[in-house]
Amino acid sequence: MEDLSLHILDIAENSVEAGATCVKIGLIEDRSTDLLKLEIEDNGRGMTPEECQQALNPFYTTRTTRRFGFGLPFLHEACLAAQGQLKVESTPGKGTKVTATFRLSHIDLKPLGDVALTIITLIAGHPDIEWHYYHRRNNFEFTFNTREFKENYPEMAINHPEVLKAIRNYINQNLSILRREHDRSQSL
Amino acid sequence: MPKLTIEELEKLREEVRKTTFIREQTQFRAKINVHMGTCGLAAGARNILNAFLREIEKRGLTDVLVTTSGCAGLCSREPMATIEIAGQAPVKYVDLTEKKAQEIFEKHILNGEIVTAYALGIGSEKTDLT
Repeated sequence: MEDLSLHILDIAENSVEAGATCVKIGLIEDRSTDLLKLEIEDNGRGMTPEECQQALNPFYTTRTTRRFGFGLPFLHEACLAAQGQLKVESTPGKGTKVTATFRLSHIDLKPLGDVALTIITLIAGHPDIEWHYYHRRNNFEFTFNTREFKENYPEMAINHPEVLKAIRNYINQNLSILRREHDRSQSL
Repeated sequence: MPKLTIEELEKLREEVRKTTFIREQTQFRAKINVHMGTCGLAAGARNILNAFLREIEKRGLTDVLVTTSGCAGLCSREPMATIEIAGQAPVKYVDLTEKKAQEIFEKHILNGEIVTAYALGIGSEKTDLT
């Protein structure tokens, strides 16, 4: 995987396969502790402690289409390369939370990539799932969720190409505002 | 933090009032399914999906649906996409690039000609690999 946004898409697809109806994706940049945290939390069927323990083993999978599962192990590699950790917490019947950490200043930290494209890809593939996205940089935060969107624009199909394009631009514009506001506050 | 209104969506909303497009579109001319397992993603599946979206946007089509699915078990031939024209058997395309996606869009989706050079097979039967 070239960048973190592709890992996000990959891990979020696991949530879909676990039957989640709501998936929350968060990116938290904390400059004071030099930490980047990625959280992906779902309300899917969850895993037993045994399955959870095996989750980082690439040659373990519960699926039947192939005999291995590389999604979480790849993310784990990316974390370790940037002096971070990967934590998988799960409760059967309740859901799963994946927390990946990275050292922000680490030279081997993968670029963030196109998160907006990841979000609209998830929406296009699974329009009925409630997707949440939040991005924090120190005290600044941007959030987007499809439930609110559907409430505000009930006449529009969220997976329509024109709508997806508008959502993508909306997320990108807000992320650049987030960066600008944060950087301005730093220079004061 | 100042929050943007989704200006483009406000504009779209106006258009929606004027036309019947967007809501509850059950009659699709074609469905594009891009495979998005770990294998597909590592091979560039997200860019393929984006390429198809671009083709749709460019022409302002409202009856072509783009969706995703997981690994189909043929990881070495990713990126893959399944194209289904309404009323016809689905066609699986393999080893895609953005350029091939564009060609498939123009030939298969717009003109109904299957691009056999990039197709794995027609129908949705399981591939038996050992």
